Amino acid sequence: MLVTVAFGLVLPIAAGLWQTGRAGVGVLPAIGATELSLVPLRDLIALPGFSTALRLTLVTGLGATALSILLAVGVCAAMHGRMSARASGRLLTPFLAAPHAAMAIGLAFLLSPSGWIARALAPLAGWDRPPMLATVNDPGGVALILGLTVKEVPFLLLVILSALSQIPVREHLAAGRSLGYGRGLVWIKVIMPQVWPLIRLPVMVVLAYSLSVVDMALILGPSNPPTLAVLLLRLFTAPDIGLMLPASAGALVQALLVAAAFAVLSLLERAGRVLGRWWVRRGGRGLSAEPGLWMATVLSALLFAAGALAMLSLLIWSFAWRWPWPGFLPDSWSLRAWSTPGSGWAAALGNTLILAVATTALSLALAIAWLEGEDRARRGRAGWAEALIYLPLLVPQIGFLFGLNVLFLRLGLTGGYTAVIWAQALFVFPYVMIALSDPWRALDPRLVRAAGSLGAGPWRRLFTVKLPVLLTPILTAAAIGVAVSVAQYLPTLFMGAGRIATLTTEAVTLSSSSDRRVTGVYATLQAGLPIAAYGAAFLIPALLHRNRRSLQAGGAA
Amino acid sequence: MTLELQEVAVAPKGARPLFPPITLTVRPGEVATVMGPSGIGKSTLLDAVGGHLAHGFTLSGSIRLDGRDLSPLPPEARRIGLMFQDAVLFPHLSVGDNLAFGLARSARGRAARRAAVETALDRAGLADLYDRDPATLSGGQRSRAALMRTLLAEPRALLLDEPFSKLDTTLRDDLRAFTFAHIRDRGIPALMVTHDPADAEAAGGTVIELTECTPQGSRTGCPHHMRRRNPDPA
Repeated sequence: MLVTVAFGLVLPIAAGLWQTGRAGVGVLPAIGATELSLVPLRDLIALPGFSTALRLTLVTGLGATALSILLAVGVCAAMHGRMSARASGRLLTPFLAAPHAAMAIGLAFLLSPSGWIARALAPLAGWDRPPMLATVNDPGGVALILGLTVKEVPFLLLVILSALSQIPVREHLAAGRSLGYGRGLVWIKVIMPQVWPLIRLPVMVVLAYSLSVVDMALILGPSNPPTLAVLLLRLFTAPDIGLMLPASAGALVQALLVAAAFAVLSLLERAGRVLGRWWVRRGGRGLSAEPGLWMATVLSALLFAAGALAMLSLLIWSFAWRWPWPGFLPDSWSLRAWSTPGSGWAAALGNTLILAVATTALSLALAIAWLEGEDRARRGRAGWAEALIYLPLLVPQIGFLFGLNVLFLRLGLTGGYTAVIWAQALFVFPYVMIALSDPWRALDPRLVRAAGSLGAGPWRRLFTVKLPVLLTPILTAAAIGVAVSVAQYLPTLFMGAGRIATLTTEAVTLSSSSDRRVTGVYATLQAGLPIAAYGAAFLIPALLHRNRRSLQAGGAA
Repeated sequence: MTLELQEVAVAPKGARPLFPPITLTVRPGEVATVMGPSGIGKSTLLDAVGGHLAHGFTLSGSIRLDGRDLSPLPPEARRIGLMFQDAVLFPHLSVGDNLAFGLARSARGRAARRAAVETALDRAGLADLYDRDPATLSGGQRSRAALMRTLLAEPRALLLDEPFSKLDTTLRDDLRAFTFAHIRDRGIPALMVTHDPADAEAAGGTVIELTECTPQGSRTGCPHHMRRRNPDPA
């Protein structure tokens, strides 16, 4: 079982990287290139805007990651203990569920010179036409950093909250404060060093993602020159197939960039350990970190507000008809954008649903099989297996997807649902697995033993005890799977050979068009689908277990 | 039916055994007790007998039930019932369905099975609680339901893991009497681990006391000392 999953995950990534790597040094027999050389790399470096693209990638990727970590840690320190886990979970869910592309489109609607914020300011500033400001697609990448941060802060908050539940925070906080340290200092000196090992992998996922994001960078990022990942996508999809060679070299650069960022992170961690020890031993209590915590909280609240308004603006635009500047709301409303499903959104919705259901079911089945396999072997997970699960989230997508596409083309798999399902499952499976592992292990082992001592064999124990008791986490994992599947842009685009149109691929394409109503429809559906999945994951167990107190939310299961 | 432990010891991988080898015969209807401080491996001993030993533990010696070696059997084939300190009813099933889960396959037919469960509920003073959510039962009710669930599976031996420690004193006496009476009735051997000397007293069977290894203890046989009372009550 483990071996199957390992091959399903590792093989495509390794093969994809190998193919991309070969093409990066000039070997791509499919287009007649067989000579090993550094020409592709030289061509890439000679491309206009390459160095700017590199700089933009580093600034946006590292900037968004650092900002997100600071904000998330600050919010946790300021708000921990003041908000119940359930309430914060419910608050975070819509932000986690909304795909990056939908959030980016909504933010563009909100921030653009003709967007909501400018409209709100227009009467005050006396603007009689949209101001000439590059607030979206700005050459510095500020809008992209903002967009990434809106999505990454909730993710990191969730990760930190779950790490904190494994640490006696209240006791350590009380102990630290009774020794004369302020709240913020205890967080920095005592709590965070314990949290960090538990969130290191998720932070690396955020880092890798921010450095190689494509869909959000297309919508919010600078366009000329764009970030490296977008530049590579343009090269890969250019009519001149000769450009595939420098593009592959670029994919290698991208992968190296991420690897270098991981190395820097590990160096920072080591430096932090040394400096931190020195700092702790000095015993300084004077510094107050409170203002920093509150600033982080206020900034995060603003980010959450922007995210909520962004999603609202998607919905409003999809129903708007006449909406002239500088009206705060549309003059007239219309169902016209929604009333023509035949124009494409019905087909895209159908494709999206098929892919989401198939990849989620596949990933869930594999995850349950893996976890049950661990149970039956009566052993925990080896460290390498844990790393394996994270692997697809740590390697930049564009680096191996192109090579995998070349491979699939040769096998004749490209362009079909199978190829897209497999490629999406590479990213859905890890999230499903991560979401399900902790609740699965937290299941009271005595339940299973009691069932065994009553004569129930392993299959009956699985189907009549484990799965029903774990219904809530299983459905939550499924909802996460749906959200991840719906959000996939690059795997769908590459493996579907552009023939399988989903809400995400269409929304990204439409985002550069002028008709915000149609874009609004696609982006609303794209955000609505995962949110509906989360809703179902909440309602179904509540309904089925309405007479089972210990299985309801908050109960001790 | 007789439960026989012959030189049974359990060791974590690469470490010394948790307790010195235990040799013990539990006759039909007898409740033998193993006592000792927490962390000494009492529950691990029950895991070994029930077949629930975690990966990484090695079992030495032999465990026989009615002369049959249990070691090759998975837990579900051993037919050894298990009682925990807090009942551990399945939270997703109603009280009655918990019992039905346990009820042996030999009871056939919907009506017959339902009747068997109703009878058992009745005997446990739980009549009319078939459809109740187990989470809404009192501690004593839950323990009785768990015992009935275990007995309906027609076990050939019973393991009790501090079954009464979470109940208050009056309830504890009641439930002890209730449980031991059922064990005698069935004529099955039972092995109980507990902290409470009163449990051992009431059980009336063989008592094995495991004590922590102390520096002085090394003279009397480290790592643990074993004391046996009522070696042969006959």
